[in-house]
Amino acid sequence: MKKYILSGFILLFPIFLFAQTNLKGMLMDKQNPKDNLGVSGATVNWLNTNIGAITNEKGWFTIPYKKEYKKLVVSYIGYKTDTLLVNNLDVIHHFITSESDLEEVTIRAKRDAVQKSLFATANTFTVNNDELLKAACCNLAESFETNPSIDVSFSDALTGTRQIQMLGLKSPYLQIMQENIPSIRGAAQAFGLTFTPGTWVESIQITKGAGSVVNGFESISGQINAELVKPFSDNKFFLNAYSSLNGRLELNTHFNERISDKWQTGLYIHGNYRGEKFDKNNDNFLDAPLANQINVMNRWQYTDAQNGWVSFINVRFLNDEKQTGELNFNPETDKGTTNAWGSEIDTKRFETSLKLGYVFPELPFQNFGLQVAYSNHQQDSYFGLNVYDIKHESLYSNLLFNSIIGDTRSKFKTGINLTYDKFDELVNSTNYNRKENSIGAFFEYAFDNLDNFSLTAGIRADTHSLLGTFITPRVHVRYVPWEKGVFRASAGRGKRSANIFAENQQLFASSRQINIDDVGGNIYGLNAEVAWNYGISYLQKFNIFNKKGDITFDFYRTDFSNQVVVDWENPQEISFYDLDGKSIADSFQVEVNYELAKNLDLRTAFKYFDISTDYKNGKFQKPIQPNNRFFANLSYETTAKENGSQWKFDVTFNNIGKQRLPNTATNPTQYQLPKYTERYSLLNSQITKVFSNKFEVYLGSENLTNVQQKNPILASDNPFGAYFDTTIVYSPIFGRAVYAGLRFKIK
Amino acid sequence: MKKILFIFSLFLIGFSSQAQDVKQEKKKKNAKVAFEVNGICGMCKKRIETAALKTKGVKFAIWDVKSHQMNIILDERKTSLETVKQNIANVGHDVKDFIATDEAYNSVHPCCKYRDSKIIEDHKGELKKKKN
Repeated sequence: MKKYILSGFILLFPIFLFAQTNLKGMLMDKQNPKDNLGVSGATVNWLNTNIGAITNEKGWFTIPYKKEYKKLVVSYIGYKTDTLLVNNLDVIHHFITSESDLEEVTIRAKRDAVQKSLFATANTFTVNNDELLKAACCNLAESFETNPSIDVSFSDALTGTRQIQMLGLKSPYLQIMQENIPSIRGAAQAFGLTFTPGTWVESIQITKGAGSVVNGFESISGQINAELVKPFSDNKFFLNAYSSLNGRLELNTHFNERISDKWQTGLYIHGNYRGEKFDKNNDNFLDAPLANQINVMNRWQYTDAQNGWVSFINVRFLNDEKQTGELNFNPETDKGTTNAWGSEIDTKRFETSLKLGYVFPELPFQNFGLQVAYSNHQQDSYFGLNVYDIKHESLYSNLLFNSIIGDTRSKFKTGINLTYDKFDELVNSTNYNRKENSIGAFFEYAFDNLDNFSLTAGIRADTHSLLGTFITPRVHVRYVPWEKGVFRASAGRGKRSANIFAENQQLFASSRQINIDDVGGNIYGLNAEVAWNYGISYLQKFNIFNKKGDITFDFYRTDFSNQVVVDWENPQEISFYDLDGKSIADSFQVEVNYELAKNLDLRTAFKYFDISTDYKNGKFQKPIQPNNRFFANLSYETTAKENGSQWKFDVTFNNIGKQRLPNTATNPTQYQLPKYTERYSLLNSQITKVFSNKFEVYLGSENLTNVQQKNPILASDNPFGAYFDTTIVYSPIFGRAVYAGLRFKIK
Repeated sequence: MKKILFIFSLFLIGFSSQAQDVKQEKKKKNAKVAFEVNGICGMCKKRIETAALKTKGVKFAIWDVKSHQMNIILDERKTSLETVKQNIANVGHDVKDFIATDEAYNSVHPCCKYRDSKIIEDHKGELKKKKN
């Protein structure tokens, strides 16, 4: 009997023991940690079991514990559900977080200033605001200085306007968009990039090669999209002041105001001014134009997340004036005379746009968007005795619908575009007027197997009043053969009408005679430009010596079926004619990014170009185009302190290969140039001292080694003679330039 | 005219799908469901979402690493929630009432062993490291 009692006791003992093993704990509200008041009525239970408990009025709970229970789920209505890991019987004190609280764990892994995605199908990378701050980038044209994929060149010796190139083709062959609305085109082609102040730019997305069909048929060698700062996310107040020793002053102010729960507005004002005359190279011509610009933008942002509506309304006005030419030129008395050679370029631009987006609240993968944009661009200018006026009115609209086929691995975008462009041009005494309108429909299908393969294939059909009815196909493929490696390939077609005068405005600042080969085409008697672009690229991310890095190889070819050839080979003429033969632009690039040490990043690239065109007089390399370029950017920043204070250092080195110059052999000896230029190197640097999250100053220098083109203007001694030419510019005109600025912001 | 018709038809696509939702309350074309799935990292996220999406009838799947919350939209006429949960369990992730078999669990990447407290701790460390 005793035996039974004993064994019964023994049998009962473990149960007894278990029953006694309880875990105790207390739940508190994160919101009021000081009071240490418990939360009563919250539920705790062991994951995947029915064993649970409820906290008492003081927030305490007691829950049976077993060794195999590891996860304790804590939940309370209106609070986030937490899962606690329990390894022993220690008393638990846990704070629960209200559902409405924002994530309190901010992961501050340093975001790369340039993001190369492993997942995007197209060869796209994003340049963030951090990167844009590495150079003093006063405007969009200067935002690409630290980017090897984009080449920045000068278009002429007078205005010093920078032109950007991608894959060896200048900006008209790139589609430049502002928030996915094609923006720098037509009349704005030459100076348009200088009309977007750098501080307005939030980020830039660059797609190499064939772009997307969604935004039109014009892009040939790539797409650049600039996202502007948004009232919702921009600082409440921002001020940037900049001054350069070459006489340029700039002021940027942003004001952002919340009007209501859903409406937010921003006013952005930019002004720049250069009133000082410089002639460092003693050619009696201004090295940089006298200029002033007022640029005002007002944005309205509407967000109704609950119902799925978002909208942007933009209004913008710009007035830009430039004066250049001989030092003693006075527009009042010398305009239209041969007293002195001078030029004035006045631009007024008004633009407005509306974007409306709707995301189906029940179907997050389905949305539609509407974009409508209107712009009126008017440039009045003269260059010596040449007069060039252009007025361009443009209307763009795009209605698109995004959804899926089956599931989110297969997505599509479809929609229609309507565009209208009206050009009125006055070239000396000849009027060129033209109207273009088009209607197009597109369909783009994107497939992603969520693992190693994705594809985007798009096609659009357009009916255009001058270009006819045609199809534009574009395709991008991405394949991941192994970890952190990505192969990409793309192919696509683009078509556009060349605005020969607007795109080659520098020709007016020369004595060249204009020849246009009228072949009966619709645009200045010429035919539309058509090209195919093919590209392959390979990206590999790596980790060497515990430091992150990546290497990219890419090769692109643009093959023109028709091109409006711009022939500068006769120094007294400029000729425009349709391509008869081949015109091919090949571009090869290797880029390496590597974190050399903590906070020290290196970006380096080598590029090789082969751009040849069949001219009437034979096949030549494109003039003023380096055959190769070496680029390196080194940036270092100290670790930011609690208040954000830190130092940033940045150095950019460029080595520019030899360039073929247009033929000047028929000029008198003193006005002849060599066939090829010599290599040269450029060095830029900038130091930024961040004092706090609110205030920072920067000091920088462009062209530290003081490289200067000796005689950028041919026959500057006789500007009204037959040999005057300001168009052959292949290196900086202005020597070293030191600048300083400050940024002040209130969140 | 064609254009107008086209736009109009686009609108209709949206509306017709909504209209059907109301009519057939039992078998929704776009049923929104949320449930918990166990896992710990970005790799888990990809595996869980892929498993859900590969289930015919599942249109949309998103899993949150921190809260373990899974949100899906599925066509109830083509599949059932049970099938989706089973498919997630089949690739090794525990769902309530659908516990992954040991075999399935063992097939996940070593870094994704969400049942192992040590691995979970490791992931917490990762977050802390990134914080600086």
